Amino acid sequence: MLTTTNKPSDPTEQLSGTRLVELYQTMVLSRYLDERVWLLNRQGKAAIAASAQGHEATQVACIEATDPSKDHYLIYYRQFAAMMALGTTPEEMLRGFLAKEDDPMSGARQFPLHGAHPRVDLFNFSNVIATQLPQAAGVALADTLKGSDAVTIVFFGDGASSQGDTHEAMNFAGVHKLPVIFFCENNRYAISVPIEKQMGVESVASRAAGYGFPGVQVDGTDVVAVHEATKAAVERARAGDGPTLIEASVERLLPHTTDDDHTRYRSAEDIAQMANRDPIKILSELLKRRDLLTDDADAEIHAAAKKRVNVATDTVDAEPYPSVDTMFDHVVDSVGGNF
Amino acid sequence: MSEQTVIEAVRATLQSEMRRDDTVIVLGEDVGSRGGVFLATDGLIDEFGENRVIDMPLAESLICGVALGAAVNGMRPVAEIQFADFVWPAINQLVGEASKVRYGTNGVKTAPMTVRIPYGGGVRGGLYHSQSIEVLFSHTPGLSVVAPATPYDAKGLLATAIRTDDPVIVLEHKRTYRLVKGDVPDEDYTIPIGKAEIKRPGTDMTIVTYGLMLHYSLQAAEMAAANGIDVEVLDLRTLRPLDADAIAESASRTGKALIVQEDTPAVSISSEVAAIIGERCFFDLDGPITRLGPPELPPMPFSPIQEAAFMPSPEKILAAITKLSEI
Repeated sequence: MLTTTNKPSDPTEQLSGTRLVELYQTMVLSRYLDERVWLLNRQGKAAIAASAQGHEATQVACIEATDPSKDHYLIYYRQFAAMMALGTTPEEMLRGFLAKEDDPMSGARQFPLHGAHPRVDLFNFSNVIATQLPQAAGVALADTLKGSDAVTIVFFGDGASSQGDTHEAMNFAGVHKLPVIFFCENNRYAISVPIEKQMGVESVASRAAGYGFPGVQVDGTDVVAVHEATKAAVERARAGDGPTLIEASVERLLPHTTDDDHTRYRSAEDIAQMANRDPIKILSELLKRRDLLTDDADAEIHAAAKKRVNVATDTVDAEPYPSVDTMFDHVVDSVGGNF
Repeated sequence: MSEQTVIEAVRATLQSEMRRDDTVIVLGEDVGSRGGVFLATDGLIDEFGENRVIDMPLAESLICGVALGAAVNGMRPVAEIQFADFVWPAINQLVGEASKVRYGTNGVKTAPMTVRIPYGGGVRGGLYHSQSIEVLFSHTPGLSVVAPATPYDAKGLLATAIRTDDPVIVLEHKRTYRLVKGDVPDEDYTIPIGKAEIKRPGTDMTIVTYGLMLHYSLQAAEMAAANGIDVEVLDLRTLRPLDADAIAESASRTGKALIVQEDTPAVSISSEVAAIIGERCFFDLDGPITRLGPPELPPMPFSPIQEAAFMPSPEKILAAITKLSEI
């Protein structure tokens, strides 16, 4: 495993201190909203949630290195902060979790974070692990045929690295040097099964050698490091030099979903140690060490996020569910809906 | 107008669709220089190049997953699964994923992809080059499934499939590829999905069938005519959605229905056709809804004698016609 130093990189020319503070705000907002969704689950209002708590730095930093005006994002169910980084509003997020009529991703047909985004090319067709990887290779292939320099970035967890689709997609992307970034958020657990039982090698990234393209390991709590790694992969893909596999090591601070209990399979010590790798805490401390954030300003960011989440909750809680008749829409264009 | 085999019609249609629309690409195993194991893509790589005729790694889930990804990003991929028996690894990408793209994104994304699948037996293919796999796809909302059995229908339905903005499974019976010939107009045309066709009009009973069994049923109908039994043969052509109106109209008019299929009968296309006739034609029937299919065995033995015993044949169909006519 990657050694975790908890010594995050300093701001760079490409990622200024001012911009770092803005990304921090996004992370904090994502965290408050994520916490709210779990509360709504316990109130019986949100049927299911998978948390991004612990993954925020990775997701926000990775998106920062891409171009939402043309790039493609194939996400999986834990990309809460990535969606926020791409401009999804708290109301839009909550409409998915509360299955409300105006859920922008799927009209409340699917679980939260599934469907297609209304403004950027972000989508997530299914709950079935790793199916998005061959699809991402197809999206990238289409761009090469069209002569577009768009980059496709596909996210997956360490559990997905065991699927055959993952191998098939990386193999094909290597053959054709496709402009695709395989981005693994390795939190060491596939629900309850630890990484030692998923793979016999040290890292997911090391497998890239078998496909003929670079594999990079990065500390997923380090915003600047994740940004740099992703930026390099994006530039490589845009230049036509092919794929990159990035493996960001992160912590899953909460159980797999609201239906899981990680005390059944993680030790108390393991759970307690995770708090040291909370990316919000790490970035907050860095910003303060570098005089980019005061305690007062930090408190204001937290207060603003909490208020924003409260407003969104009140708004969306009062919104209607979709009517029954809309469930017959969009099966196929013209035929095939009824047997 | 020219006389073509089914495989010639498929190849010519792929070529004309690729000429007509730059976004049409072909991908599959051995589709490039080899031209496909059945030669459905013969010569396409010479005209369109390896960017549009893509020899894929030997991985069916990848083929269909890549087709899906390309389809949601502006292409109209035509994937070839080499034999239907090999499609199982790709079921996840087809039944699980492609079928739900439009529905699961509330209409934001569509997947205009075609998957051509040679299926069926009677070719000494044994257990793994003979299977009929239509039921899994025809059970799936969000997919359309066509099974053309003549060169004319192969052209019209393949063109429709490629131009449709949703996933279409095109089942081509491999025994028909070179066995069946027919006139195909030179000009462009399409055949709507969901429309069956009466291939032989008759008054005494209706055979509902598709694929290779269409041709066996037509032969059996001619033999029955010599015995004074006038059999109508309805070719389903589309397996999802089934043309319930055409099925019910014909069965009600003739009063007797025999459903012939090569796939094993339990929980199959013939089950659904029988249900449609039962629900819609009950008071018009003067005989039991009858089904003819192979025995409930894994399709199908390699031994020539056992294969012949497994497959429905014109003679077996004639026997079923005769029995039903006597009721």
